[in-house]
Amino acid sequence: MSLLNIQGLSKTFGGLCAVDDVGFEVAEGAIKAVIGPNGAGKTTLFNLIFGSATPDGGSVIFAGARLTAGCPHRQVAAGMARTFQHIRLFPQMSALENVMVGRHTRSRAGFLASLLPMPWTWREEREIRAEALAVLEFLGITKLAESDATHLAYGEQRAVELGRALASKPRLLLLDEPAAGLNMRETVELGKLIRRIRDTGVTVLLVEHDMGLVMGISDEIVVLCQGQKIAEGQPLAIQKNPEVVRAYLGDEDA
Amino acid sequence: MTFALFLQYLVAGVTYGAIYAIVAIGFGIVYNATGIINFAQGEFVMLGGMFAVTLQAYVPLPVAVLLAVLIVMGVGALVEILFIRWLDRPTVLRMIVITIGLSIGMRELALLVWGEGVRSLPYFTGDAVTALSVGDVHVSPQVLWVLGTVGVIVAFLLFFFGQTRLGRQMRACAANRDAARLCGIDARGMVTLSFVLAAGIGALAGCVVSPITYVQYDSGTNLAIKGFTVAVLGGLGNSAAALGGGLILGVIESLSILVLPAAYKDVVAIAILLAILVFRPAGIFGNAATARLQEHA
Amino acid sequence: MSRSRYAPLAVFAALIVLVQLVTGAAGKSQYLTQLTMAGYYALPIVGLTLLMGYAGQISIGHAGFFAIGGYLSGFLTTYNLHELSGHWWVRAAAWLRLLSAGQDAFGSPSLVVRAWPACIAALLVIALVAYLIGKPVLRLKGHFLAMATLGFGTIVYRLVLGSSLMGAADGISDVPAFHLLPGLAISGKAAVRVSNYYIAWGLVLITVLLLGNLIHSRVGRALRAIHGAEEAATASGIDIQEAKLKMFVLSAVLAALGGVLLTHYNGGIGPSEASILKSVRMVAMVAIGGMANLWGALIMGALLNFLSMRGSFGSYDDAVFGGILVLIMLFSPQGLLRADLARRVLGAVMRRRKEPVT
Repeated sequence: MSLLNIQGLSKTFGGLCAVDDVGFEVAEGAIKAVIGPNGAGKTTLFNLIFGSATPDGGSVIFAGARLTAGCPHRQVAAGMARTFQHIRLFPQMSALENVMVGRHTRSRAGFLASLLPMPWTWREEREIRAEALAVLEFLGITKLAESDATHLAYGEQRAVELGRALASKPRLLLLDEPAAGLNMRETVELGKLIRRIRDTGVTVLLVEHDMGLVMGISDEIVVLCQGQKIAEGQPLAIQKNPEVVRAYLGDEDA
Repeated sequence: MTFALFLQYLVAGVTYGAIYAIVAIGFGIVYNATGIINFAQGEFVMLGGMFAVTLQAYVPLPVAVLLAVLIVMGVGALVEILFIRWLDRPTVLRMIVITIGLSIGMRELALLVWGEGVRSLPYFTGDAVTALSVGDVHVSPQVLWVLGTVGVIVAFLLFFFGQTRLGRQMRACAANRDAARLCGIDARGMVTLSFVLAAGIGALAGCVVSPITYVQYDSGTNLAIKGFTVAVLGGLGNSAAALGGGLILGVIESLSILVLPAAYKDVVAIAILLAILVFRPAGIFGNAATARLQEHA
Repeated sequence: MSRSRYAPLAVFAALIVLVQLVTGAAGKSQYLTQLTMAGYYALPIVGLTLLMGYAGQISIGHAGFFAIGGYLSGFLTTYNLHELSGHWWVRAAAWLRLLSAGQDAFGSPSLVVRAWPACIAALLVIALVAYLIGKPVLRLKGHFLAMATLGFGTIVYRLVLGSSLMGAADGISDVPAFHLLPGLAISGKAAVRVSNYYIAWGLVLITVLLLGNLIHSRVGRALRAIHGAEEAATASGIDIQEAKLKMFVLSAVLAALGGVLLTHYNGGIGPSEASILKSVRMVAMVAIGGMANLWGALIMGALLNFLSMRGSFGSYDDAVFGGILVLIMLFSPQGLLRADLARRVLGAVMRRRKEPVT
């Protein structure tokens, strides 16, 4: 059963066609990777899937419902969460508070309830805090809970951002180059972590350059080149695909 | 409403509009060099008129105007050096607040020095009743002075930025500051120069329009709002669009007394500003600089 | 966590009482009048602190909301409806006990709206106006937002200045006292000076308490998230426009409340309350307190307003606030009352004392 179904997605910026008629499915519970040389349109694709950008053509169907672009915050309530290529944590807030923000769509205390708190508001606040701590524990960074998020080490910041995304209990997790800036050991840990996340029932779609990570954890891979999908399949098949090789290494016969 | 009266209002609108355009151009010069809108631009216009009025009691009128312009240019340089220069990548909010504070400061200083009264320079040619007549339309020669001066200013700026080395250096700085510095251009000097230039043209405009409109210590704020309206209409960094926008605003404002009580004339410009900001922030003339203004949060 | 939050409130409450007792003992009870006014001016300031410091939205036109609130309430409680008492809506209002009949200064019959309904009406109108204005305007950023709010404030100023219905340059006067509860009224009379002082500052205290609740809640986190990293906030599911708008409306209503109550306290209001200079003052006090520092803004705001009203700044009043704003923004954009600033200064002083003199 496919959780995410994209068909014929296209997006043009000025004269540049960033995403050109791209379509694929992501099965529930799978780990799928999108790879491709720089400029292939991967981040734009993510933005289109998440709803932060409006496609010029095509459709995104998530959990059976068609996505209307322009209101990305609604996607989160529907069960999609994402991380960013360049880490975006909230400054002057602790790691725990950053993750607590992730619970936003799973809680409902509004302005009035926050100004004049009722017992249910207090209860909900305690729940938010407990859930966020549970996420930090899952990621193994409980000790960072009270630290200022932007003062943490790079790898730790990545973990916090991941925690924030996980806190919304998503069905689909979009990871934008999660291994960027990580060393080899950290990348291996990340791979294990992504598998553990999948084992809790979350479907993962990731954009990544680190081939070791991609080949190691993906069930399926989609290859983009200059906005177009040039291959899709299992890791071994992709590695042997001559089109893919040519896209990355250039034409060897030239 | 006779046609002659209509033309009269039109002329008044064009005159005021030309001044609004100069304020917008001043905004644009500083914005291109620094990325900030200097809210005190209106005060430069006011100070030009004020200084000239004081000086012309001692020296002939042309000398007074020249000296006033030079003094206000000095003020512009001073403002840049004292308040803007040493800020390290300030946030937009901080810059807005600082320039607003400067605007108020200059207002209050003007109040201190010149008091609350309205001042004006004598008419450049003729006096208050001289008029050039075309049919039933009577136009003061000062109007021609205003339009002529504004035209000269715009032409000068076009020449300066287009043909002179210094002007090209300023444009380089505006486009890409770091690259310009790598080419040996003194970026900080360019910023000071932009303030000096904006102050100078503002002061000149203030001098030439004061016989018609009078200046008062608080004339600057109104001008700033209206100049900003013109800038948003598309005239930020684009002199031609500024002129067009200024004319449109001036005429609409002038003709508004046909439908609104005169006390609400100033509200017209603000209403237009709000309408544009809400419906078409990129401006009527679709200006890239104006659109960029919207992105800086 | 919650214990430490209530401690400053208790300290502040004690301070309020202390100030009243000291001024009474020193025979300077007249200070209470200006302190009460400063209290009502504090309401827009705390609202603005939340808007600017936490939600990150600048507003240089908040005096507009303050003035609309005051003018509306003042107008409703002074405009004589007697001539219109035949109209159905006047009769309906009277039947709903919204009106009060009496005599005006010349002895002829008068019919005006009572203070409570006038106040509530003013606040509702403000909420609506703020919502309508905020919806399109808050999508703007930086200079555009600043100019739009500046424009709004200027429009309000011009409208009240030019409108003869609103008293034009003279404003509205003879605004009656606001009877909050039987025996408790907001009025400028010297006899009730002390109770009015406590009403004003009690209200401020309650507001700070409530706003503190907001800051430490889910909504407060969302606002801080928006201020910190808008795109990430959206990616966390926060509806940015809605949050900004609600905060804007809340801060506008607080400002209007201050305006309403001050108008009843002073017995009138004039167009200068809507001027840009008043808006700039509010921004200055938020800035000097430290943008996101409620207590800082409150204390500095109260102090500066008090001094201003006592005339300590003389005719340089506006220049002082403008100057403060510039200086703060230049040298200390995070305000003066910063813990780390105090520590650094203290540290420097300590070090100098410890160094041996050779």
